[in-house]
Formats: sequence, structure tokens, C-alpha cells
Amino acid sequence: MHSIPGRRLIMGLFLIFLLLPIYWLVNMSFKTNSEIVSTMTLWPHTPTLQHYKRIFTDESWYSGYINSLEYVVLNTIISIAVALPAAYAFSRYRFLGDKHLFFWLLSNRMAPAAVYALPFFNLYSAIGLFDTPWAVALAHCIFNVPLAVWILEGFVSGVPREIDETAFLDGYSFPRFFIKILVPLIASGIGVAAFFCFMFSWVELLLARTLTSVHAKPIAAIMTRTVSAAGMDWGLLAAAGVLTIIPGALVIWFVRNYIARGFALGRV
Amino acid sequence: MDKTVNQKAWFLVLPVFLVVAFSAVLPLMTVVNYSMQDTFGNNQFFWNGVGWFKELLDPSTDLGGRFLASLGRNLFFSLVILAIEVPLGIVVALSMPREGWTVAACLVILALPLLIPWNVVGTIWQIFGRPDIGLLGYVLNAMGFDYNYVSNDVDAWFTVIVMDVWHWTSLVALLCYAGLKSIPEAYYQAAQIDGASRWAVFKAIQLPKMNRVLLIAVLLRFMDSFMIYTEPFVVTGGGPGNSTTFVSIELVKIALGQFDLGKAAALSLVYNLIILIVCWIFYTVMTNAGVERKVQASSEPAAEPKPAAALKPVPALEPREGVA
Repeated sequence: MHSIPGRRLIMGLFLIFLLLPIYWLVNMSFKTNSEIVSTMTLWPHTPTLQHYKRIFTDESWYSGYINSLEYVVLNTIISIAVALPAAYAFSRYRFLGDKHLFFWLLSNRMAPAAVYALPFFNLYSAIGLFDTPWAVALAHCIFNVPLAVWILEGFVSGVPREIDETAFLDGYSFPRFFIKILVPLIASGIGVAAFFCFMFSWVELLLARTLTSVHAKPIAAIMTRTVSAAGMDWGLLAAAGVLTIIPGALVIWFVRNYIARGFALGRV
Repeated sequence: MDKTVNQKAWFLVLPVFLVVAFSAVLPLMTVVNYSMQDTFGNNQFFWNGVGWFKELLDPSTDLGGRFLASLGRNLFFSLVILAIEVPLGIVVALSMPREGWTVAACLVILALPLLIPWNVVGTIWQIFGRPDIGLLGYVLNAMGFDYNYVSNDVDAWFTVIVMDVWHWTSLVALLCYAGLKSIPEAYYQAAQIDGASRWAVFKAIQLPKMNRVLLIAVLLRFMDSFMIYTEPFVVTGGGPGNSTTFVSIELVKIALGQFDLGKAAALSLVYNLIILIVCWIFYTVMTNAGVERKVQASSEPAAEPKPAAALKPVPALEPREGVA
């Protein structure tokens, strides 16, 4: 691949631009509140772990992380499980209304969450799922399932058709072919799709906040509690923010080699 | 690849259909229902026909004024960030290192902002931009700018736009990078033999090859910026005044703040309709691009006119995927 002159400088500047606000957050999370408010310091002069300690010992704080991870994982599993067969169907067969169905799925990926907030609240209250991780996991399916179908369809189409035919000639039943042959072949695609489901479920807040009140409250919603009568607890807010970045950073590391292809929805 | 007609494929699609129908069709029915009614509390509803829709599209009423103003702001916002993020994303993608561990490092750092929960993105910029405790706000004020995103409209817009550039340019860059990676080395060698300038290589080889991914990038960015809610809400709360109130923020205000179900539902439907139209354009263009690519790949005479071929100035270098 051929690059442009001054590329190191451009890349360096852009990476600094990306990292500076994050550095500032990390920096603040290690400062005491009095240091944050009173002076402008580029690094913590009196470093402290008190904010992190508070989050890891106070149940109302760390339960938020558990709640968030719970619905994110649930959502990822549901999305991939239902999207896999559908991706295969879209990639290999023509059937009545296939194009319309695909478009309908796509349009749901693009639907604004704000539109669904209130009806979801009514729906999940009516069926008794309100304030459970299931409510959020199912609600997030509205944008994650279409996305997973889309990505996986791209990867399934990359598997030559002859492989299916050979397998069926060898006497593989459809479910056995699916699990033994197709799934291992598109393992990287499944990884990428799972990554994206994880990502979009993890970063979404509006629906997650609307559908929970006490027991399943996500960490992102709990963070708003740092505003109190005594003013903002900036250090605590920063520490909580830093901790929400970590799961994402870990996940990226695992899919770093596929990430570019995944963002192109498996269609480069 | 020819697809066989098989109606049994519906069984494979059924789970997806059920899951999405449960989360999409049922709530949408509720919205349609509400949009035709008025409520005075106590769960009493009255038929209002298309009243809300009329009000919504009439700028002289309160509802219509608010909707159209927020729509205008939202469109302006989307255009500005597209104008910044797309060229910047291309430049960043072209600046990616060629090989070695730096590639992985750059990819991970680029992807990092995308994986941060949206309200934390808001929090980061809220802190970063504050004149008293934030680096950006502090430095700008020290340089003599009177910068305060809480009280000044222009500063609020500046903060929201820079935040979005920070948050999403990586997406454009990663997409373009994926497109660039798919260009075979032979293209560059041919260009070198022809003595093509750097700019010619970009215009004749790299840009056409990035067409498809750029299309995805532009449309994803348009959609997502058109639906933006959390980040500006956290940073500015839609203010100062209403200056950064986008459509989603207005909608949530009406629906969950004032509990004006009828108005909110009507707004939702119009909002959804706009998204649906853009989405349809996206889908049509995407599928046509796919067809065109297949037509070009097979050496058969094209069934459709292909104007895109005229845009590619290096016909000798056309990919020969399906043939060779």
C-alpha cells in the first residue's frame, strides 16, 4: 500500500488528538478532588487510588458493570445465534420477499433509538421484563441482529458454494454441515460480528437507561449519580469513565487483524 | 454466484424475523396508535386524526416550530461533520504505516474512541472542554479566546463538532483503510512504470477502489449523526438555550419529559420516515454497486449501461477476478 508524504507526522498528530482527551480522563481519575478543582496540573502530583477503591468496594457501583456486561453478553449470544442461519439463507438462496426482508432488517439498524424508547418501556413493562437484563438485551437486538446478519452474510458469501455441495454429497445433514463445516470456516466472521454486537450494545445508553430502574441499571446510567449537593465528584466520574473504556480496549485487541474488514461489513 | 430459489430458506430466516418483529413491529404499532390520539392524562385518549402531523409540519405552531428548527440544526450538523470527517478519514487512512507492529498499534488506537460508551464520550469532552478543569478549555482561555461551551452558542457547536470528529473519524479511516488494503500491488507497479504522479495514483487507483467503502462510510455517518442523542445531551444538554437541540433530543424531551405521547409519536413517525427514505437510497445504491461489480468481473456483455466504467481512467488495470 502506498502512502502520502508526511504520513508519519499526520498519523502522529491524529493519534495525539485521539489520545489527549482520554489521557486527561485517566489523569483526572488519579487526582484528588481538591487537586482537580484547585490547580491545573498535567499529571497527578498527589496520585491517589481512592476513586477506584470506592468503585470496587461499593456494591451500587460495581454492580453497574456486572449489569452492563450481563445484557451485552446476552445480546451478543442472541444476535449471533439467530443471525447465523439467516445469513446463510440470504447468501445462498432466493426466496419469496428476500430483498424486502433484507431491506426491512437494514432499516431497523438505522432506526433512531429515541423513537423506540417509550414504546419499549410500555412493551417490556407489560410482559414483566422491565428492569431485567433480558429487556435491554432484547431491545438491543433491534440494531444488532440486522448488523450481525449483514456482516455474516458477507463472510458466508466468501465461502465457495462447492464446499456446501461436497458436504451434502458426502452425506452431511444440514445441521451437521452447518456446525461442523460452515461455522469453523467463518469463525473469523463470527468473531467480527460478535465484536460489533458487543460494541454497539456496550456503547448504547438511551434504551438501556429507559428500560431499567434499580436491579439492572447499567454503569453508564449510574455514572450520573456523581452529581450531588456538594457539587460534582469529578475524580469518581473520571475513574468510572476509565473503567468503561477497558472492556472495549480488550475486545479490540482480540480482533485487531479483522477490524478493518469488519468495519467494511465483510464487503471489501 | 447464482442463487437457487428455495422457499424453505424462510425457516432459516424465521428466528431473525421473529426477534426483530418483536422489537420493531409491536412498538411501531404503539407509536402509530398514539400518533392519532390526544391524551389529557389518566389514560384517557381521544381521537385526533392527522392533527398532530398537520401541526408538526406547520412552522407557525409550537410543535412544528421546534421540530423544523431541530431538523434544520441536525441537517447542518450532519453536513458539517461529513465535510470534515470524510476528507480527514481518507488522509488518515493514507497515512497508515505499511507494515510491522505499528499497524496493529495504530488500528487499536484508532478503534478506541468507537468502543467508548457514548455518554462517557460526552463526559470526556465535558471534562476536557471545561475552562476551569479541562485541558482544552484552559488552554483556549489562556491563549486569549473567551471559550465557554456552557454559555456560548458558537463554543457549544465547536465542542460538539470536535467531539464528533474525535469520536467517528476513525470509522471513516478504518473503512478507507480496508478499501486501500484490497488494492493489489501490481496496480502500483503499473503506475510507477507509467510514471504516474502521487496525485494521479490517488485519483486513478486509490479513490475508485475506495468508492464502495466510502459510500458505506458516508451513509453510516449521515445516519448516525442524524440520530445523535447521547453525546451532545451529556455535554450541552441541548443548550445553551436550544442551540444544540437535535431531533432526537427534542423527541426525548417531548416523549419522556413532557409525556406528550401524541406529539412524540407523530414526530417519531416523520423522523422514521426520513431515515427510511435515506436508508432506501443507501440500499439501492449498495446493491446496484454490487451488481455492477459482478457485471464487470464476468467478461460477458453488461446487461445494464455502466457509466461507472467511464470514471475509471485505467481500463488496462481492470480487475479480472472471475476470468483469470
